[in-house]
Amino acid sequence: MIAARDADVIVVGGGPAGVAAALELRRRGVDRVVILDREPSLGGATRHCMHSPFGMREFGRVYFGGAYGRRLQREAEARGVEIRTGHSVVSLGADGALTVATHRGVETLTARRVVLATGARETPRSARLLPGDRPVGVVTTGTLQAYVAFHGLMPFRRPLIVGSELVSLSALATCLLHGARPVAMIEAAPHTLARAPLDWFPTVAGVPFHTATDIADIRGAGRVEAVEIRRDGRTRPLVCDGVLLTGRFTPESALCLQSPLGVDAGSGGAAVDQDGRTADPNVFAAGNLLRGVESGGWSFREGRAVGAAVADDLAADRDPGAAVPVTYDPPIKLAVPSLLRRGGLPAPAFREFQLRMLRRARGRLSLEIDGRAVWSRHGLWMPERRILVPMPPSAPAAGRVHFRFEEDT
Amino acid sequence: MAVIGAGVVGCAVARRFALAGAKVALIEKGADILSGASKANSAILHTGFDAPPGSLELKLVQAGRREYLDIRESLNLPLLETGALVCAWTPAEADKLEEIAAKGRDNGVADLAPLTGAEARALMPGLSERLVAAIAVPGEHIVDPWSAPLAYLTQAVALGAKVFCHAEVLNGRFDGEWRLDTALGTVVAASVVNAAGLYGDVVDRRLGLPCDFTIKPRKGQFVVLDKAAFAHVPRIVLPVPTEITKGVVVCPTAFGNVLVGPTAEEQDDRVRATVETEILEALLARGAEIVPALAGMPVTAVYAGLRPATEQKHYRVAAHPEKRAVTLGGIRSTGLSAALGLAAHALELHAGFGPAFVPPAAVPEVRVPNLAETRERDWQRPDHGEIVCHCELATLREIEAAFASPVPPGDFGGLRRRTRAGMGRCQGFHCTARLAELAGDRLETPLAVGRKHP
Repeated sequence: MIAARDADVIVVGGGPAGVAAALELRRRGVDRVVILDREPSLGGATRHCMHSPFGMREFGRVYFGGAYGRRLQREAEARGVEIRTGHSVVSLGADGALTVATHRGVETLTARRVVLATGARETPRSARLLPGDRPVGVVTTGTLQAYVAFHGLMPFRRPLIVGSELVSLSALATCLLHGARPVAMIEAAPHTLARAPLDWFPTVAGVPFHTATDIADIRGAGRVEAVEIRRDGRTRPLVCDGVLLTGRFTPESALCLQSPLGVDAGSGGAAVDQDGRTADPNVFAAGNLLRGVESGGWSFREGRAVGAAVADDLAADRDPGAAVPVTYDPPIKLAVPSLLRRGGLPAPAFREFQLRMLRRARGRLSLEIDGRAVWSRHGLWMPERRILVPMPPSAPAAGRVHFRFEEDT
Repeated sequence: MAVIGAGVVGCAVARRFALAGAKVALIEKGADILSGASKANSAILHTGFDAPPGSLELKLVQAGRREYLDIRESLNLPLLETGALVCAWTPAEADKLEEIAAKGRDNGVADLAPLTGAEARALMPGLSERLVAAIAVPGEHIVDPWSAPLAYLTQAVALGAKVFCHAEVLNGRFDGEWRLDTALGTVVAASVVNAAGLYGDVVDRRLGLPCDFTIKPRKGQFVVLDKAAFAHVPRIVLPVPTEITKGVVVCPTAFGNVLVGPTAEEQDDRVRATVETEILEALLARGAEIVPALAGMPVTAVYAGLRPATEQKHYRVAAHPEKRAVTLGGIRSTGLSAALGLAAHALELHAGFGPAFVPPAAVPEVRVPNLAETRERDWQRPDHGEIVCHCELATLREIEAAFASPVPPGDFGGLRRRTRAGMGRCQGFHCTARLAELAGDRLETPLAVGRKHP
């Protein structure tokens, strides 16, 4: 990195993962730790999640939405973390320099290490390639919750909800609590993606729920007027005034995508090694930037672990060597970490591999190290569910680490 | 005089007549300017190299291009001097290149250069190895397709032009002067220019003008790829055209994205321009065939537009001296390039029947906000209030300026086109709620339907 530095560590993103990393860095005696966040206050996505409880594990009590962000902010201030809100990081240079937009204009900031913790968002209508007109009223859960939490507004009263992940339940609850009456919920897969209570809650709430159903057409000149839904090749119209797209989280990885780091082909997020280190050994990443999506508590613990690794890395100050990619068979969607470095830290940030599946599949999942299976499980593996595989201490030094999947026929 | 239709052609006509000294009323059916064909195009400023030789279209594309290059600095409009490569992917296509080059030279585009596949790939390494041969067309450029007409119209308004949106022309009669009945009321004008695009034939008939064409809408679907794709596509990649269409283009945008499209699909509907999943998937696949690094690139936006094609390929321009009217019809796919040329041509035709105008003593300076990534954006300057849209770095100051401008946005699309807000990779995940609050009831379809309960 270039000589003049603005901090020891700059953390990009003040959600649970970023704040946890900053707290841990300060706890371990790192002097100048700066959090940059583009929003007016810390908390990240938890700021607009009014329904979900946060903070049980990390703070021993329950917070809702904005209150959790305020607790993060108090913790960070108390620990001497420098918080710069209203700072939008525009680019990450090849030398690790950050171009930052503020109300003052453009600044360039550098640090000995950078931790990216920019979180995740839901896939919008365009990237889902949904058909039809492009009227007002097609939004994601996060957008709906920002309407409600920050502005007291509603984008619709009679939406169609698309998806059946955990967040879909939260989307339904937000509608019901704040004056919207969904006309139906649909899921393209033949089964719900989340566990109960999606199996029964929508129906009890009086919202018809259809699996194996997708959108054949969205109609509306100004606002959404109707949606044609399709099941078994047959379509039927549903009159509604909005479409609420839930889930299909994707890492908010713009900084990686437009920098030499690139993104991991499986997760679409930052590719990291067992210490949370990206392809650039001075740039780390943690939280939902690594994969869509885990809870705030999970991201907090992950941020803390990566923060500890960054502190160790600063102290060790040695070249961790080249990264070896972790490979996997379809229908495995992603692995975190997806890189391993032989010269990593004695105490790595990740003790487990996190896997996700692209679709529901029954079969045997095995971890092979240099061609030898060291872990194996047979089962029914569901998409959008976390799969954890212990990382053997021998893995970082291995020549080939591969997840094999043998699907039952 | 009255101009019917606030697409790119109508905006350019309003400017040209206002500069000439006319008192202009621009009458638009939609909630905002650029509500029809002009909201969806590929943003290419054409040289006319592939236009029909000797055609009015060729003449006006080249005149329009020259004028754009002359005035764009003073209006603060961008220009990406990318050049284009007409790419032949098969020997059969390569056989057509010489004909294309000869036609281009006949059309006065002297700097066309035939290239081998290897030479073309040296100019643009991202092109697939399957490339057989190409022609370089250095003069094909990229512009901001929405700020340009906005700038034309803003200049017209600065010279006294009035804009009436929600004002569909229902009928009109000429008895020495025009009386146009619109959805907003009656407009009286000495003369009329019909620039109604997809409704050019309908408006001609409503005005009682002899109309010899029928609009046959031709839909084009597009995919906009993430800004990460921009580095792979430094030039406009054109296919060898067919009889029907110029074909699927891969090109950069002024906003730092990459565009793949359009399709060419005949339809009767003049209103709906739907996107279809299978077509979008096919466009993505086609883009990755042309530039392999585009495979798997995140999709930022998808859109579709309707071109006002007619039963014939050429422009359907007609003067009606006895009724002091000009029809600019069938401007099917080169309207952005030809608009300024069409405007000057309409003024010439108009001079044949009058009335004559007295040019203004002074022309006020007009500069529109820059939205192109190649020039300084508002977020790079201090005191912009806040960054409202983080993907496109649209500022509070820009959004407030758009609403306070002489041609304010009438709908969400218009706000997006003027500021880029909500146009980025998250498509408004983060900013739509804030925009709902900022816009309030100033858009035809408000972004919020009301307060939350309780």
